[in-house]
Amino acid sequence: MSEAAAIEIEKAERKAAKANTILYVDGVSVTFDGFRALNSLSFYVEPGELRAIIGPNGAGKTTMMDIITGKTRPDTGDVMFRSEVDLTKLDEAEIANLGIGRKFQKPTVFESHTVFDNLLLACSGGRGVFQALFHRLGNAEKLRIEQTLETIMLTDKRGETAANLSHGQKQWLEIGMLLMQEPELLLVDEPVAGMTDSETEQTAKLLRSIATDRSVVVVEHDMEFVRDLDCKVTVLHEGSVLAEGRLDHVQKDPRVIEVYLGR
Amino acid sequence: MTDYRTKYQMTPVIGWLLRDRGGMILLAILIAASILIPVGNLLVPEGSAFHVPTWMMSLLGKYLCYALLALSVDLIWGFCGILSLGHGAFFALGGYAMGMYLMRQIGDRGVYGNPELPDFMVFLNWTELPWYWYGFDMFWFAIVMAMFVPGLLALVFGFLAFRSRVTGVYLSIITQAMTYALLLAFFRNDMGFGGNNGLTDFKDLLGFSLQADGTRAALFIASCVMLGICYVVARCITNSRLGKVLIAIRDAEARVRFTGYRVEYYKLFVFTVSAVMAGIAGSLYVPQVGIINPGEFAPALSIEIVIWVAVGGRGTLYGAVLGAFIVNYAKTFFTGVMPDFWLFFLGGLFIAVTLFLPKGVIGAVPAFGAPDRQSAFSTLRKRFLNGRANEGGKA
Repeated sequence: MSEAAAIEIEKAERKAAKANTILYVDGVSVTFDGFRALNSLSFYVEPGELRAIIGPNGAGKTTMMDIITGKTRPDTGDVMFRSEVDLTKLDEAEIANLGIGRKFQKPTVFESHTVFDNLLLACSGGRGVFQALFHRLGNAEKLRIEQTLETIMLTDKRGETAANLSHGQKQWLEIGMLLMQEPELLLVDEPVAGMTDSETEQTAKLLRSIATDRSVVVVEHDMEFVRDLDCKVTVLHEGSVLAEGRLDHVQKDPRVIEVYLGR
Repeated sequence: MTDYRTKYQMTPVIGWLLRDRGGMILLAILIAASILIPVGNLLVPEGSAFHVPTWMMSLLGKYLCYALLALSVDLIWGFCGILSLGHGAFFALGGYAMGMYLMRQIGDRGVYGNPELPDFMVFLNWTELPWYWYGFDMFWFAIVMAMFVPGLLALVFGFLAFRSRVTGVYLSIITQAMTYALLLAFFRNDMGFGGNNGLTDFKDLLGFSLQADGTRAALFIASCVMLGICYVVARCITNSRLGKVLIAIRDAEARVRFTGYRVEYYKLFVFTVSAVMAGIAGSLYVPQVGIINPGEFAPALSIEIVIWVAVGGRGTLYGAVLGAFIVNYAKTFFTGVMPDFWLFFLGGLFIAVTLFLPKGVIGAVPAFGAPDRQSAFSTLRKRFLNGRANEGGKA
C-alpha cells in the first residue's frame, strides 16, 4: 500500500468518525498574548453520550467551552456540530439556538426574576424582539416549565426570586434553564463546585438522567463526582488531550498521575 | 395573582396596570392635574385662593417634560442597565425640531421682516432656506421629526455601540462624547440652527399665541397626556416578555446571550424607544420655556437626569417621575433663594441617596418597596449586618 493511499484511508476514517458525532473538535489551537491555551486539541462526542472532562488548572477546559460556544475564535482547527455545522463561524446566540446549551462555572441565573420567569425566558422558541414584546404565555409552555421545575426539584420555589435560592438550587435552576432550551448538546462547567455532598449526589443523578436523550459534556475537578457520573473521561493537559477512557483506566495512566500528583 | 391572570387573560395590559399601584397613582394624579390646573388658571378668577397663576402652570408643565425625560432614562437604565449620560441630546434634538417649526411660524413678524428666513439667517446674510429646514413650516412634520431624528440617531449610535459590545462605563462615556459633539456642532453658526443663541422669540403655535393662557393650558394638558401615554407604553414594554429579557440583560448579559437572545437588538430597541420619548419631551418643553439653545446638549445636564432617576428610584418608572419633580422643585427653590448652594445641594443629594436610599425615595416607602418587598431601612440594616457596601454598584 502506498503512502498516498494510507493518507486517503486515514482521511476517510476521520470523515467516518466525524459523520457520527454530535461534537467534533479537530486540531484546535488558540493563543492569548503568546500563551497557548489550547494546543491542537482534538476529541469528539457521540450523540447521547455523557462525557467528563478533567484536568489540572490551566489545562484549557474553560477555553475549550468558550470556543465551542462561540465566545472565543480558534486560531486554527475545526469545530463541527452534528458533523455539518461549522461552529467557528457563528456567534453565541446562533450557537445557542442551534441546540448547544452552556452552564457557567459560577451559577448565572437572572437574580431579580422568579424561578418560573427564569425558565420562561430560557424556553425554546422565538427569540426576536417583537416576538418577545407580544408574547403571551401559552399552556404548552406552562406545562413544559412545570415539568422542568419537577426535574430540577424546585417546584415549590417557582414564585421565589432567584436571588433568594441557595447556591446549589441556583446551579439546578441554571441546568433547568438549559433544559428549557431543548439543546442536543449540553456543556456544563463545574456543576458541583460549592455544593454539599447530598446536593452533589443529586446533581450527578440529574445529569445522568438528562444524558439519556441528549449529549452532555461536563467539566469537573471533583473526582468523586466524576466517579458518580460513571462515563468516559477525557483528561486535558496544557491544552491537549492527555488520556481518554474509563475513569479507573485513566487514573492508572502514569502520565495522568504525573500531571495530577507529580512535579 | 392567579385570578388576575384568568380575569384579564384577554387584556393583559389592563391587568398589568391594575396591579401597578404606583402607576395607577401617577395616572390618577396626571388626569386630575390636567383638569384642575387649567381650570384653576382659566376659570377661577385671579383673586381667588384656588387661582393657579400662569407662571406656575408653565413651571409644572416644564417639570412634566423633565419627568418624561427621566422616564425615558429609567426605561433603559433601570430596566436594561444602559447608563446613558447623553440623553439630553435626544431631548434637545426633539426641542430643536419643535423650535424650527416655531421659527417658521414667526413668518414676517421677525425683526428683519423676512417672510421665509428666520432672523438669524438674515443676520448671517443667507439668501435662502437650507434644505433641512424644508417642511418645518408644517406642524405634523415637525412632530414627526421630533421623534424621528432622536430615534434615528439612537438607532445608528446604538447599533454601532451595542454591536461592538460597548457596555458599562465605556458606553456612558461615549454617550457623553456624543452629546458634547452635538453641543459643539450646534454652537456653530453655519450649522443653521441659530448658533450660540439657539432658536427663540417664538410667537405662536398652530396660530395660537404662545403668550395666551389658553395656549399655555393646552401645552400643559398635552404634557400630562404624553407623560401618561409614555408611562403606559413603558410599563407595557417592561411587563412583557421583552421587558423580562431586558432585566435579564441588566443582571446577567452573558447568560442571555448563551440562552440564544441577540442582546444587541434588545438593547437597540429599548434605546431607540427611549430616545423617541426623550425627543417628545423636548418638543413639549420648548414652547413652554420659549427657547432652545445648544446649552441643552451640555453633558452636565444629561448627568443631572440620571440623578433625578436615582433620587426617585431606579427601575420603577414612577420613581423617575417623582425624582424629576423633587430635584427640579429643589432646583427652582435653591436657585431662587441661595443660588450658590444649588450645586452643593445636588451633589450632596446624590451622595445621600446612593448611601442611604439605594432604591431612591420610592424605595423608602414600604408600599412601593415591591417587587423585592424590601424597604430602604431593611436594606440598610442588612448592609450593616453584612458589613459590606458593594450592592447597587452595577451600572
